[in-house]
Amino acid sequence: MKELTFGMLLAVFEEMFGATLFWTLVAGAVLITLSFLYVLLRDRKVVASQLVRAELLAPIGAVAAILFVQFVTNSGFSDIGGPVDVIALILIGVAGAVGLTVLAYVVQGLFGNRAGKAT
Amino acid sequence: MTRQTDKLSLDRRNFLKVFMAAGGAGALGSLASPARASAVQTKARIVILGAGAAGTALANRLVDRLSGASITIVDGRKQHLYQPGFTLIAAGLKPASYSVTATTDWLPSGVTLVEEAAANIDPVSRKVTTASGKDLEYDFLILATGLTLDYGQIEGMSMDLIGKNGIGSVYAGPDYAAMTYAEMSRFTDKGGVGLFSRPATEMKCAGAPLKYAFLTDDIARRKGNRGKLEMVYAAHNKALFSVPIVHEKVRMLFEDRGIEVRREHVMTAIDPGRKVATFTTPDGPKEIGYDFTNIIPPMRAPDVVLNSPLPWQDGPWVKQGWAEVNKHSLRHVRFPEVFAVGDIAGVPKGKTAASVKWQVPVVEDHLVAAIVGKEGTTSYDGYTSCPLITRIGRAMLVEFDYKDNLVPSFPGVIAPLEELWVSWLMKEVALKATYNAMLRGRA
Repeated sequence: MKELTFGMLLAVFEEMFGATLFWTLVAGAVLITLSFLYVLLRDRKVVASQLVRAELLAPIGAVAAILFVQFVTNSGFSDIGGPVDVIALILIGVAGAVGLTVLAYVVQGLFGNRAGKAT
Repeated sequence: MTRQTDKLSLDRRNFLKVFMAAGGAGALGSLASPARASAVQTKARIVILGAGAAGTALANRLVDRLSGASITIVDGRKQHLYQPGFTLIAAGLKPASYSVTATTDWLPSGVTLVEEAAANIDPVSRKVTTASGKDLEYDFLILATGLTLDYGQIEGMSMDLIGKNGIGSVYAGPDYAAMTYAEMSRFTDKGGVGLFSRPATEMKCAGAPLKYAFLTDDIARRKGNRGKLEMVYAAHNKALFSVPIVHEKVRMLFEDRGIEVRREHVMTAIDPGRKVATFTTPDGPKEIGYDFTNIIPPMRAPDVVLNSPLPWQDGPWVKQGWAEVNKHSLRHVRFPEVFAVGDIAGVPKGKTAASVKWQVPVVEDHLVAAIVGKEGTTSYDGYTSCPLITRIGRAMLVEFDYKDNLVPSFPGVIAPLEELWVSWLMKEVALKATYNAMLRGRA
């Protein structure tokens, strides 16, 4: 491998998901990230109670991400064959955990009851 | 905006980057594109024979690199076939449609498609004649014809036998691969002798015959029927794979899986009635009976190249007809305005999509340089790769070059001789996307 450019990655992801779905996913990710930043800036802090509640969903996100990858491929836990497989599994889990945590935090920040937080 | 997006999806993207590079982009290789300067102005007439992986990828890159050129691509086949998918189809994991798109789906505007086969090449007068008699004069000719599966060289074999009486042939095409799975599935239900082999000619994806033996073994195990099977792999020479270190690994895996190896066996005939295949061996002809066999026919250059002055004139490839090109520049040694890319190139390795990925930028570089009266600077080192499936869910990502050196994309991360899940994910998830991006000239 001599070079893996960002342009190549974009091209591959477009082919993998289809351009429409891929850019919709990107737009969704951007929207959630912006919302997360908005909530952080608005509150000027991380609201601990909301973060803890969001983090409760992290294990669900982790397991869901791993099962999703196994669902869309013909593979399962028994196919883990080496250290890099374990690392990949962990990274998928972390991605799912972080993703769902951020999403849950944003949802609480935007739609949750802010009365308690204001006191 | 993009930065923020990256933040959110950092973990997923980084993960995908690793496994894609390991199996997809890595498996397909990834050569830095020559610096994309402004398009070269030219009136050059470029004819590309073949709209498969190599011809299509090159056409898409050339339309970006050249302005004013006349680019004609000649191919009578309306379907574009994603050949790396055949193994998955033949394992029952994908439908036949998985590998089929339209040739025209991938071709850029600005290229003229002649939808018929090329019938004759006259490299002296620089002219290609199509099947209908149309003459196409060229300044530069790209051979990207692919190869011909020569079932006729196996006495008694013809393609209409595939999918019946225990005969399969993964290479024959997506529908035939599906029929092969049906036969393999019956075999792994009932049991008997499974016979696997490869031809003595150069061939595309030399790992595929091994993969299918592994997959058949795996599917039988999943059904609980492995005990009913006797598995035989007939190697055409003393090795199971041309790269010695890979050969040794496969030998060990075959031993582990209970796949018996017969060496120096080359299939010459098949008797579908008796379900017996005949092989030439150093000890004379030998017969092996089968209940299921995956026929992999001898391979050679298509007639249009074979019958032209372009093949090697001496050496082991004279009968097979591969184009006599410099193995590093892929430029014809006697007709410098001719290049060969993909299966048709007469080079020691490289009849895979991964090789195409690396060869196309080299041909592009030398061709564009020739147009402006210079010499190209890039060199093809024989890189090829094979996600060598060892069971459903695991593969070894084997990458190597002309020197039989292993050239892993991520040394120390993705071990080339280890059966890994990430290598399987690459094969199943990322490879086709990377291939498609390559077709469009974007990867």
